[in-house]
Amino acid sequence: MLGEILDFSLAAILIWIAWRTVATPDLFNAVVLFIVFGLLMTLAWVRLHAPDIALAETAIGTGLTGALMLDAVAHITGIRGRRRAGRNPS
Amino acid sequence: MSTVYGPIRQIAAALAWILGIGLSAAIVALSRPDLGLAELVEAHLEESGVRHPVTAVLLNYRGYDTLLEIAVLLSAVLGILAFRPPGPASIPDAAPDSSPVLAALSRLIVPLIVLAAGYLLWAGAHRPGGAFQAGAVLAGGGVLLRLTGTIPSFESPNAWLRVSLVVGLGVFLAVAALPLFEGSRLLEYRTAEAAMVILVVESALTVSIAAILATAFIGAAPPRIRCMSPSRPAHSAEGERAGQS
Amino acid sequence: MIGGGLIYAMAGVVLFALGFYGFIVHAHLVRRLIAFNIMGSGVFLVLVGLPQRVAGTPPDRVSEALVLTGIVVAVSATAFGLALVRRLYDLTGETRLPNDPRPEP
Repeated sequence: MLGEILDFSLAAILIWIAWRTVATPDLFNAVVLFIVFGLLMTLAWVRLHAPDIALAETAIGTGLTGALMLDAVAHITGIRGRRRAGRNPS
Repeated sequence: MSTVYGPIRQIAAALAWILGIGLSAAIVALSRPDLGLAELVEAHLEESGVRHPVTAVLLNYRGYDTLLEIAVLLSAVLGILAFRPPGPASIPDAAPDSSPVLAALSRLIVPLIVLAAGYLLWAGAHRPGGAFQAGAVLAGGGVLLRLTGTIPSFESPNAWLRVSLVVGLGVFLAVAALPLFEGSRLLEYRTAEAAMVILVVESALTVSIAAILATAFIGAAPPRIRCMSPSRPAHSAEGERAGQS
Repeated sequence: MIGGGLIYAMAGVVLFALGFYGFIVHAHLVRRLIAFNIMGSGVFLVLVGLPQRVAGTPPDRVSEALVLTGIVVAVSATAFGLALVRRLYDLTGETRLPNDPRPEP
């Protein structure tokens, strides 16, 4: 009984966070929400009796994908002070 | 906001609804599952060399998939390195955060990460763990070291890095091809040595996966000049930002 | 008797549909990659949840191994896609595909 309540709530939160990730207007918000989505997926994997996948999802799906996306977003929005195509020597 | 309104959005929403409802109906209409492969996995677990069924499936029953997966990883990182902007480094690296907390914490955490990765690798034989988890945790440690400035950005990978990128695929291919010389088929380990073989392959895979994922993070950015002291590049970076805004 | 796996399998289907919608609607390439990853996570939930749709079945080890492989391949594809997006941005200053017919925001 308690397990089913937990499963329903986790599935509902997962869907809601995914909806916010797709529908938010800001790019940085979307990346942060995607990282949260990855952490919630880890909980889902634990509930599905798959601890190997939970370990891999935390390290790879959340940690590395989040870091890669934040790095790419920082590059694209020019936080490091570089300007666009005109200034790049290549 | 780079999305669109109008007909495309409504058509996409309609398609998504149809897809969702159709797939849900298909799932609900499925009959009772039969156990199928689970019995086979359990039955041959002693011969596979490990005691954890997921590791047995990954490295023994479906070792071919894992072999191709490490090849995919290697191709991806080669592609990422190929797409770096060419030319010598002209932009100084961003100065790492000068807070002593970050430096002290990373000095504490990175040895623990190495320990955790070693445990996960060894534990993969009889409980959840294995090469992928260990390699991913190590890669996380590599990303942390990069963010605190300990690992500099490279212009082209040095010899050690190249060897670690390739060792996983190389060892796995060698181990997979060895039975061919004895008359069996690809990836047919001898039952007596399966445990040792799987451990060797997993160790090589861990090193390779960690190197590949860390290089995918570090190598995505263009090469930068290493900052020697925190003060000098901070001035030029701030000067750039002030001039930009 | 409904098992816990069916709830997650349905959630996976909804995530797949959501990701599909996001993939079509967005023009910015990084957001399309995020939507693609959400679709992937939905597929993985279906793969692992479906064998447990009846209460009392043991978890399916072969599906778990497939999903593990899938997660690793998805991250390498995402990393490569992000490298391509960065290069496109370096060369043209745009983050949408060159012949994208969708109007500018």
